[in-house]
Formats: sequence, structure tokens, C-alpha cells
Amino acid sequence: MSFWAYAFMQRALIAGALIGATAGAVGVYVVLRGFSFIGAGIAHAAFGGVAIAVLLGMDPLWGALLFSLLVAWGIVHASRRGHIREEVAIGILFASSMALGVLLLGLVPGYQTDLFGYLFGNILAVGPQDLVASVALTGIVFVGIALFYKEFLLITFDPGMAEAQGFPAGALQGGLLSLVALTVVLSLRVVGAVLVAALLVVPAATAYQFVRNFHRLLLLSAALGVGEVVAGLIISFYLDVPPGPTIVLLSAALFGVALAARRR
Amino acid sequence: MSPVVELSDVWVELGGHPVLEGISLAVDEGEFVSVVGPNGAGKTTLLRVILGLVRPARGDVRVFGTRPWELGRGRARIGYVPQAEGIDPDFPLRVIDVVLMGRYGSLGWIRRPGTADRRAAREALELVGIGDLATRPIGELSGGQRQRAFLARALAAEPRLLLLDEPTTGVDPAASESFYELLRRIQERGVTIVMVTHDIGVVSRYVDKVACINRRLVVHGRPEEVLTDEALAEMYGCAALFFHHGRVPHMVVRRHRTFRRGEGR
Repeated sequence: MSFWAYAFMQRALIAGALIGATAGAVGVYVVLRGFSFIGAGIAHAAFGGVAIAVLLGMDPLWGALLFSLLVAWGIVHASRRGHIREEVAIGILFASSMALGVLLLGLVPGYQTDLFGYLFGNILAVGPQDLVASVALTGIVFVGIALFYKEFLLITFDPGMAEAQGFPAGALQGGLLSLVALTVVLSLRVVGAVLVAALLVVPAATAYQFVRNFHRLLLLSAALGVGEVVAGLIISFYLDVPPGPTIVLLSAALFGVALAARRR
Repeated sequence: MSPVVELSDVWVELGGHPVLEGISLAVDEGEFVSVVGPNGAGKTTLLRVILGLVRPARGDVRVFGTRPWELGRGRARIGYVPQAEGIDPDFPLRVIDVVLMGRYGSLGWIRRPGTADRRAAREALELVGIGDLATRPIGELSGGQRQRAFLARALAAEPRLLLLDEPTTGVDPAASESFYELLRRIQERGVTIVMVTHDIGVVSRYVDKVACINRRLVVHGRPEEVLTDEALAEMYGCAALFFHHGRVPHMVVRRHRTFRRGEGR
């Protein structure tokens, strides 16, 4: 039977395409700003929020949203105050948030499978309301990028210049990291917290091998993200293997090919 | 005519350490002033004070007669060329895209650059003499060309005051000299220039005044008056050898033998 015959597969493919586009586009900023570790940090930190929401009987996405946004702005605040280095702040925040999540979920009997699902994605878990949330989050991210295109470009390229021109560097940094946070929340269901970090880096890094124009880089990276997630989902369906790792390994392989092609 | 930049007894502390101590300095309209001093002397902080990014703990700052953090849109009248180190040379932007960023401040939030902005960016590139490199990736430029691109970015805003932070770091001497000559031509258009540099000997041939700082203002005045052995030794706080060729001493060797002067002086 074709993969499109299953309603869960249709939902997964639509959600997956949205994630691919969002992570691909946001990933360009992550890669150019050297934020790779921050993306991973926010993704893991979201997990603490998931656990709290589950304990409170809320939709886990709200917990993830709250926690990842808190961590995003926490990182900006900590690094701007200058007391601790950025990566130290992330290291502490994400490890403790994750530990909190594992500890709390341990208190809820029968939640172990879901824990695994949030870490590595669970394609069967994409329900109709998740699809609505995916469309909304993708919309917010792309409207954000379109509206503040010039501001985000400036803060990514030259924060000193942004400040000198009167733009609030901290708020812009926080805005960019908020886009990362939204992308992470969006991806939790399908690829999971651990693997979204890869989606934030690999498509952008692959596109960067071919394009040296910021605007085209955004478009190509988003397109690569869509293609990789969709292809990964279909491959995993036919091979009957977990989709998250399939997607990540497929994008990593494509990056390898791109790198080799450029070396030539 | 009030000065374009006026600092009166400015004290700045960063993280509990004094960075600037009682600096008073005025820059008149159309002047070309260089700020020299050793590493850690507070030169960059001084520029950040003028930009309104650092507020003094004590003292007053006026730029165009206003406190710089209250300039609002008037900030677009200040062009800034930051140190080049913080910038990723492999960033996927063309030269013209970088220059266009100079217009962002006057555009404000959300608005995108239009034809007038593009024209200003083109003109700025022509003015600094690299109009032919407009569509090249910024990473393909030589050090000297990149500095001109960043200068063009500052000029694209059509500033009345130009601030430069070590603009010739990593640029070869010949390219540095032609860069200073270019600044002189910009000055002739009525732009006031404040440039932080460590290139004392060369720069003094181009500027009107030199301000020597080492947290405090050591001297400020015309190069041939202020660049004496005593002033330089006081500023650098160590024994230095200076050659006098022409009117201005040229620092050749700085011995790193510790030779501290009394703190009380």
C-alpha cells in the first residue's frame, strides 16, 4: 500500500514538510551566527517543560513552548550581563531542564514511552490538532523572518553595527533565539528534541556549500529541509525504521555529498 | 558654533574597573581627530560613549548638542566603522548588500531599503573607489578593500560625524596611507572624523589633532605639539624610542621592560 493511503502518514508528511522548511530557514541564522550548540541546548531544555505540562495534565506543547522561550531569553540575558559565557549558560540551563524533565516524568507511571517519543520523535503521535499547531508555528516563524528580515540579517552579520545604529541588540538576539525555540517546539512530535538540533544545522550547512547569497541561502536551506524530512519519512515508512534518525542520517549523507562535490 | 562632540569630565566604569577617568574633549565641526593610546586605554569605550552605547558614571557627553542616547533618529548622522575582527569574512553577502546596511538605521524598524537607499549605497561605494566590486562576495575582498567597503557602509548613511575604530588593522602600510588620504577627502566634504588608531607616526600626517589617552586624557592638540617623547612615554607607561623625522616623532621600538610611573601622578 502506498504511504499516502494512511492518514497518520499524511499528517506526518505535512507536519514534516513544515518542520523542514522552518528548521531549514532558521538554521541559516543558527549556522552563520555559530549558534549550533544553542539550538541543541534549547531543544533539550524544552524537555523540562514537556514534563511539567504532562504532570499538570496540559498539552505538552505549551510546556515545551514556555521552557524553550525562557531558556532562549535566559541565554541572551546571561551573555549580555557578561557574568557567564554563553555556552556555560546553555550547558547549565539545558542539562538541568532535562534532568528536571526526566525526574518529573519518572513520577508519572506509564510515561516512559512518551519520554522516548519526545526525545526522538514519534510519527504516530501527530494528531489533527498538532497539525493546526504546526501550521500556526510555521506561520509565526516565517512572518517573523519576513518582517524583521533586515534586522535579523544585521544582528547576525554585525551586532556591533546594529547597536551603533540604535537597534536593541539584545532584543534582536532574543527574537532570533525565539524563532529557534518555536522551531524546536514544532519539531518535538516528529523528529524529537535530540534530532531537531541536527535539522537546525545540517540543511543550512549543506546549502552553504553551494550558495553565497543570503537570500538564496534561506530559500535553498528551507527547500533542502523540506526535501530531507519528506524523503526521510517515506524511506522510513518503506524500510520500517524510525523516521527521526532516518531523516538526520539522510541529511548528514547529503551534506557529505555536498562537501565532496565542492572539494572537487 | 558648539562642538560636534563634547565630553566634559567623563568617567566610565565597566565591571567595576575604571576605563575612562575624567576625560574632557571637544571636537569641532569638520575636524579630523585621531585618538591614540595603548591597548586597554579605553579608546573603543570612548567611541561607544560618543555613540551613546555606554553611559558615563559621571560627567556629560554631547553629540550635535544632545546626549547621544537621546539622539533617536539623529543617530543616523553618526557613521561608525567598527573593528573588523568581529565580522565573519565568509558571510554570504555581496559588497553592495553590506554597504546597504548603513541605511538600516535611518530606515528604522521593518521598512526595507528602496531605490534611494540603493543609490546612496552605490554612491558611497564609488566615493571610496571600489564601485567596480559591488557584486563581489564580501569575503573575496582584500583587507584594504574590505575596510573601504565598511567605510562605504558608514558613509551610505550620509553622516555628519564619522567614527572609526582601528580601521587599518591588518591592512598593509601602502593601503593604510591611501585609506587616510581617502578620509581627508571625506573631511573636505565637511564631515567631522574621530578615528581610534595605534598608527601614531603615520596618522599624524593626516589629522588635525591627536588625543592621547590612557584612561585619562594625556594630551590633546595638534600632532607636532602633543606628540613629544614625554607625552608618549607617559601614555604608554614604558620606555619607548622615538625617531624624530620631520616634525613628528615616530615610534619604532617599544621595550617591554617594566618601567612603571607612580600611580599618583
